Amino acid sequence: MNIVVLVKQVPDSGTERQLDSSDNTVARASADNVINEMDEYAIEEALTVKESQGGEVTVLTVGPDGATDAIRKALSMGADKAVHVSDEAIHGSCAVQTSAVIAAALSQLEYDLVICGAESTDGRVSVMPALLSERLGIPHLSGARKLTVDGSTLKVERQTDGGFWALEAQTPAIVSTWDTINEPRYPSFKGIMAAKKKPVETKSLADLGVDAGTVGLATATSQVLDFAGRPPKGEGVKVTDEGDGAEKLVGFLASQKLV
Amino acid sequence: MRASLVMSRRDLDFLLHEWLQVEQLTKRERFAAHDRGTFDAVIDLAAEIAVEHFAPHNRAADEHEPHVVDGKVVLVPEVAAALKVFGEAGLTAGTLPEELGGLQLPQVVSKAATVWFQAANVGSSAYPFLTMANAHLLLAHGSQEQIDTYVRPMAEGRWFGTMALSEPQAGSSLADITTRAERQEDGSYRLTGTKMWISGGDHELSENIVHLVLAKVPGGPAGVKGISLFVVPKFLPEGDGIGERNDVVLAGLNHKMGYRGTTNTLLNFGEGVHRPGGRPGAVGWLVGEENRGLAAMFHMMNEARVGVGLGATALGYTGYLHALDYARTRTQGRPPAGKDPLAPPVPIVEHSDVKRMLLAAKSYVEGGLALGLYCAKLVDEEQTAETPEERTAAHTLLEVLTPIAKSWPSQWGLVADDLAIQVHGGYGYTRDFPVEQFYRDNRLNPIHEGTAGIQGLDLLGRKVVAGGGEGLRLLATTIGATTARAAGTEWADLAADVDAAVARVGEVTATLWGAGDPDVALANATVYLEAVGHVVVAWLWLEQVLAAGDADGDFYAGKRAAARYFQRYELPRTGPQLDLLASLDRTTLDADPGWL
Ligand SMILES: Cc1cc2nc3c(=O)[nH]c(=O)nc-3n(C[C@H](O)[C@H](O)[C@H](O)COP(=O)(O)OP(=O)(O)OC[C@H]3O[C@@H](n4cnc5c(N)ncnc54)[C@H](O)[C@@H]3O)c2cc1C
Ligand SMILES: Cc1cc2nc3c(=O)[nH]c(=O)nc-3n(C[C@H](O)[C@H](O)[C@H](O)COP(=O)(O)OP(=O)(O)OC[C@H]3O[C@@H](n4cnc5c(N)ncnc54)[C@H](O)[C@@H]3O)c2cc1C
Repeated sequence: MNIVVLVKQVPDSGTERQLDSSDNTVARASADNVINEMDEYAIEEALTVKESQGGEVTVLTVGPDGATDAIRKALSMGADKAVHVSDEAIHGSCAVQTSAVIAAALSQLEYDLVICGAESTDGRVSVMPALLSERLGIPHLSGARKLTVDGSTLKVERQTDGGFWALEAQTPAIVSTWDTINEPRYPSFKGIMAAKKKPVETKSLADLGVDAGTVGLATATSQVLDFAGRPPKGEGVKVTDEGDGAEKLVGFLASQKLV
Repeated sequence: MRASLVMSRRDLDFLLHEWLQVEQLTKRERFAAHDRGTFDAVIDLAAEIAVEHFAPHNRAADEHEPHVVDGKVVLVPEVAAALKVFGEAGLTAGTLPEELGGLQLPQVVSKAATVWFQAANVGSSAYPFLTMANAHLLLAHGSQEQIDTYVRPMAEGRWFGTMALSEPQAGSSLADITTRAERQEDGSYRLTGTKMWISGGDHELSENIVHLVLAKVPGGPAGVKGISLFVVPKFLPEGDGIGERNDVVLAGLNHKMGYRGTTNTLLNFGEGVHRPGGRPGAVGWLVGEENRGLAAMFHMMNEARVGVGLGATALGYTGYLHALDYARTRTQGRPPAGKDPLAPPVPIVEHSDVKRMLLAAKSYVEGGLALGLYCAKLVDEEQTAETPEERTAAHTLLEVLTPIAKSWPSQWGLVADDLAIQVHGGYGYTRDFPVEQFYRDNRLNPIHEGTAGIQGLDLLGRKVVAGGGEGLRLLATTIGATTARAAGTEWADLAADVDAAVARVGEVTATLWGAGDPDVALANATVYLEAVGHVVVAWLWLEQVLAAGDADGDFYAGKRAAARYFQRYELPRTGPQLDLLASLDRTTLDADPGWL
């Protein structure tokens, strides 16, 4: 089973993240960039499927040159090879445009299964797998907390608030995963060394046959017009217990719509 | 970079890349498979595993000391779980050669990865680090068969190793060990005796435990010249696995002030509890030649001692980071000039006195880290530098720096933890905050791997006089090259202070030995060790600020402030120390034990 796993590099969600005030896009150059946390679960799932079914795992990344760090990490975890789509013109693309680029890259690859994280911690639009499913005409099994592969049949437990839905589809298909699906492995020292020798193919928009004029900030379907930082933490509210502490607390929680 | 209270990745990157330029090492054949990317990935991996699997049970392992149930050592289960992750990631084999499944990492990079574990949880990380030290020793002095039998499973993380030197009656003075090894007809030996303080000496964490044991073969020369080295496994090897139980048994666990996650054992060899081959006696095999055991052990001593120093730095470093974090959030008091009692209290990090404590700790731990990594790089230079002259020079410099690299951070890293408690006020004295544990854990470092007193004797009694004083001369020229680079910069005054101190060390050393009485010369060897240590670290602070150049930002400003702190508050301590030494003071020598 050949698997393509989509990997995005994002600014570390555990650090102070910024937008670039010149064009209101995510400030990537100055950030501490890491693999999108959710994608590590997708990589793990791809490797697990490969271990039981055979085949190859290809990492597909759309991102600036610096995204090679994320690719290298995925390769050091055990993926076999990578395709890195990098082109200045992609800067500032919206999800719809990006999905066209990824779809074009995917159609140059052989795959039975595409796995990706359910969302990225920078954009958080969570629509990429659905957009790709539409563009590629393949089923989308979304929000997986469990994936089983039986020949060409894929079974997914789709996580919901109250439990799960059982979904089933034939390959080729796209599966998006939540962090409940597995425990991602660490790279190993051997994996780190092996990663250096694994093939990474870099592609431009021209290589994919995508017209540069159809992507990028200028023609994006959505744009960030303005932004502001989170307001600084306020003083907070002190509840003094004069025998009615519990009531006051409940009143406060209710006023914040927390209960 | 995600800030961590375990270690500072920013500082490691500065020291490794902006200062030591370790990427240059990849031009050498041994390290050719590496690049900045693999170095970064290895440290990332170490940091991740240390933070996620080692730090979380640091307190639990301290509170639930190892104990024995039905003859087996019981540890909190998190220790085994963490070590499994460590082994699976291949960390044990980092610096080993490729043919043994290693990564051929430079020592300096490996040590930069190691400090994360030492800072996160020194007790749990001691098991693999002892194993690595054991493997390195066998690799250097063992036969091919011993390497295949023992180093391989240790590199794979399946077997663990120990170093069994000390005995109840012989710690500092290994000349007095009494464990005996009797040669057998088949070429093996049978050992009998008792070893004390053996870290990782027994546990159920690994399939087998490989003890490297110092013992005497009857009929050999007296003293250290009659010491041989043996490999004595808990289970005799059989095929790829283990066979018969060897006659090495746990006689008891020591209950320690800190480092509690590491079992510390009294081991009996050859008591007859187990009878391998049908008779009592612990089966062992000679490593290297008879009576050359201590030399073999000392061959790896530089590396081991640099490692101990880095461990002390790591514990001091994490203490400092915790104190800094606390000081930024704890509000207390107002600035001396602020008279308004209704003004809100300020974070204590704004008080000069608290900054004094934090700058002191910063100058110790960042200075200690620089010292440790510099020495680790000397190990790489000693093994891989282009020319034989460069390799010899690296060796000579490492020899003279090793007692300092071991003892200086053991002393001042501990002070950093002491200051971390102080910054926390009353809270630092409680078990609700981790700094008291860092202090207890770090208190071991001036004791093991040669006490501070023994390091002083080593430096003044051996290292600075060896080869007609070439070690000290080389140190002085190396420092001189740095101070020359500071000419015309804002650091020229620090360079001048360092130059003056180095010159004074040279004079004092000559005076001490010129008097012709070793008892007088060595009476204050520990004071000498402290003074030279401070001079060396002042030099490394100069190195750091020169590497920082005029770069902007808090990180570099912090480096400059700590360098100034060290120049103004610390380096001047050496003046009175060196004066005392120059006076050939006899206060301690002449003190009658009866007076004490
Ligand atoms: C937690 C822990 C773990 C250890 N792990 C190991 C291990 O894994 N393997 C191992 O082999 N050993 C281990 N040791 C032993 C350690 O190396 C010894 O404790 C150390 O060498 C000191 O020996 P000692 O305890 O017998 O003290 P002593 O040698 O009795 O020293 C007591 C004091 O006297 C001073 N002194 C001794 N001789 C002289 C001298 N000639 N001149 C001046 N001063 C002197 C010392 O500096 C010290 O202050 C460990 C010890 C501890 C506490
Ligand atoms: C075991 C124990 C027993 C105790 N027993 C008692 C008791 O019986 N009764 C009682 O009342 N209290 C008791 N205390 C409290 C003790 O007196 C306080 O811990 C101590 O006064 C320090 O206050 P703090 O812990 O709040 O630290 P902080 O005041 O928060 O101090 C933290 C750090 O900031 C520094 N700092 C604070 N303010 C300034 C400033 N203005 N300028 C410069 N530096 C500053 C301090 O020197 C310290 O290093 C006890 C504490 C302990 C640990």
